[in-house]
Amino acid sequence: METKKAIISVKDLVKKYDDFVAVQGLSFEVYEHEIFGLLGPNGAGKTTTLEIIETLRDKTSGEIIVDGFSVDKHPQDIKQIIGVQLQAAGYYPNLNLIELVELFAGLYGANIKPMEMLEKVNLQDKAKAKYKALSGGQKQRFSIATTLINQPKIIFLDEPTTGLDPQARRNLWDLITEIRNAGTTVVITTHYMDEAEQLCDRVAFVERGQIIALDTPDTLIDNLVNSGFERKKEVKKANLEDVFIHLTGQEWRE
Amino acid sequence: MQTDIHKKKSNSPSGAGGYNNLTATLALAKASFRSIMRSPSAVVFTLAFPLIFILVFGFLGGGGTRIDVGVMPGSDVNNPVMGMLEKTGMIRLVKDKSKTEFDKLLEKGNVDAMIDVHRKVNSAAYSVNVVYTSASRDKGGILKSVLNNIFYDKTLKPTVAEIKESTITGREYKTIDFILPGQLGFSLLSTGVFGTAFVFLSLRQTLVIKRFFATPVRRSSIVIGEGIARIGFALIGALFIILIGHFFFRFTLVHGALTVVDMLILATLGVIVFMGFGFIISGIAKSESMVPPISNIITLPQFLLSGTFFSIEAFPGWLQPISRALPLTYLNDAMRKVAFEGLGLWDVKFQIMILLLWGIGIYAVAVKVFKWE
Repeated sequence: METKKAIISVKDLVKKYDDFVAVQGLSFEVYEHEIFGLLGPNGAGKTTTLEIIETLRDKTSGEIIVDGFSVDKHPQDIKQIIGVQLQAAGYYPNLNLIELVELFAGLYGANIKPMEMLEKVNLQDKAKAKYKALSGGQKQRFSIATTLINQPKIIFLDEPTTGLDPQARRNLWDLITEIRNAGTTVVITTHYMDEAEQLCDRVAFVERGQIIALDTPDTLIDNLVNSGFERKKEVKKANLEDVFIHLTGQEWRE
Repeated sequence: MQTDIHKKKSNSPSGAGGYNNLTATLALAKASFRSIMRSPSAVVFTLAFPLIFILVFGFLGGGGTRIDVGVMPGSDVNNPVMGMLEKTGMIRLVKDKSKTEFDKLLEKGNVDAMIDVHRKVNSAAYSVNVVYTSASRDKGGILKSVLNNIFYDKTLKPTVAEIKESTITGREYKTIDFILPGQLGFSLLSTGVFGTAFVFLSLRQTLVIKRFFATPVRRSSIVIGEGIARIGFALIGALFIILIGHFFFRFTLVHGALTVVDMLILATLGVIVFMGFGFIISGIAKSESMVPPISNIITLPQFLLSGTFFSIEAFPGWLQPISRALPLTYLNDAMRKVAFEGLGLWDVKFQIMILLLWGIGIYAVAVKVFKWE
């Protein structure tokens, strides 16, 4: 975080559906090389916001610049420098992982070795498996592999850890951190606050289409504590998830 | 920072305007083709069903057909045409009857056709004059094919100058020559309609298309890529059906390989038109379970009414106009003319034109109702 250069800037973003305002005047910036979390309850407008930045959805008004490209004028340029993982997206039927990676390489016009992409997410053993046959964690890791094919500057992950067991979840955090350390900016949505606290450099809380707080997790927690907040139950040195991981082992089997 | 960006750009061929739509289209075509080849329903509908019908009808109509052909009094008898006709074993030549007697027999269908062969004036060649009867259209059709074969037989060709035919009414051929083009047409129809409808609906519903949209790929590449795969698959299926028919059931290919090429060109046109139905259905259907009923509404009437199993002429008069409105009718018709009568593509331009008109109409609707998301 030596220099905080914005790679995504969203200004006064509004998205209206017929009689429903999904996003009302969102503004925020994502800095280069950070993991930025969009947090909030279901229906708060997180996914809508992401999809507008990803050029998958039209906005009603506002201005969005991604790495110098405007979503209005240069959506094709944006697509080439971003990687997108959609919530609950499937993959082309009847193809194995290698063939799916080849397909995406063709779609991006990227010249990559499919096996190397699978190695990045530790799925080389599953190269001939079908996507459907993968476990939840493997599916998410494969989705993340497809976001890396065009060597993007930014990747967007929409609830990548939903439905995963604690080991798979921690494994995915490591993967996401590695990707960030390799120089890619990561924008992530999640429902899990422990995840956001561990993973994200900065988080924005979205509620009813508006940002109600935006800062580093530390600062947000400190602010709350300074306001006089206290947990009802005394904090122990470990929580139940620590017990789970301790009992079932750190390593991850699938 | 600056060097970092440069390194990334040089590694990625997609950088700054170098994007290649052809690469994307072909990648999609390859993926789609692999997927189709592994989909059991596609293989069953395109290959197994038509082959079963061909098998059944191929064996049903295999033997026992006998055609009575009256020889016009005064006709030359000792000529190679007559000899060849008798050699087929299928044709019995009826002689020694007067013209009036023959006319009556022809009217009732007791003889299936009349033949009159004359040596041409000042020439070594023969002129063959054939009269068919609408009372026996199917057998007339077979005779016609036999004559056609003889006409194109190399050893005979120099001696037969022309075949004059009249009352060309029936197109009701029997056995494999009738069944195979019909089954081929139906195979193309079901591949085009079911395959396209299922694929685009499921790609849309499982958000595969949405994920594609997050890449720089164009919409046209998605449609064209799918189309290439579907057409490729349909043509392989068509070639397979034609070859099995030809080598196992003696399906007539008048000009051999050239006829096959013509048939494949017609098949391509047919699939493209029928895929339009698939695009429409994928737009209308709200779930995968709605695809079969809607598809059947489109395919079943054509299966029954387009001359797949029975000649359209066998239908009651009020039904025939409906048959003649369906696109598969014209594809079947063109296929039979090309394969069986040895006509060229230009000779079936009317059928091709009707198919094209259907194509324009279908795609005009498809553009309106097709949904990407």
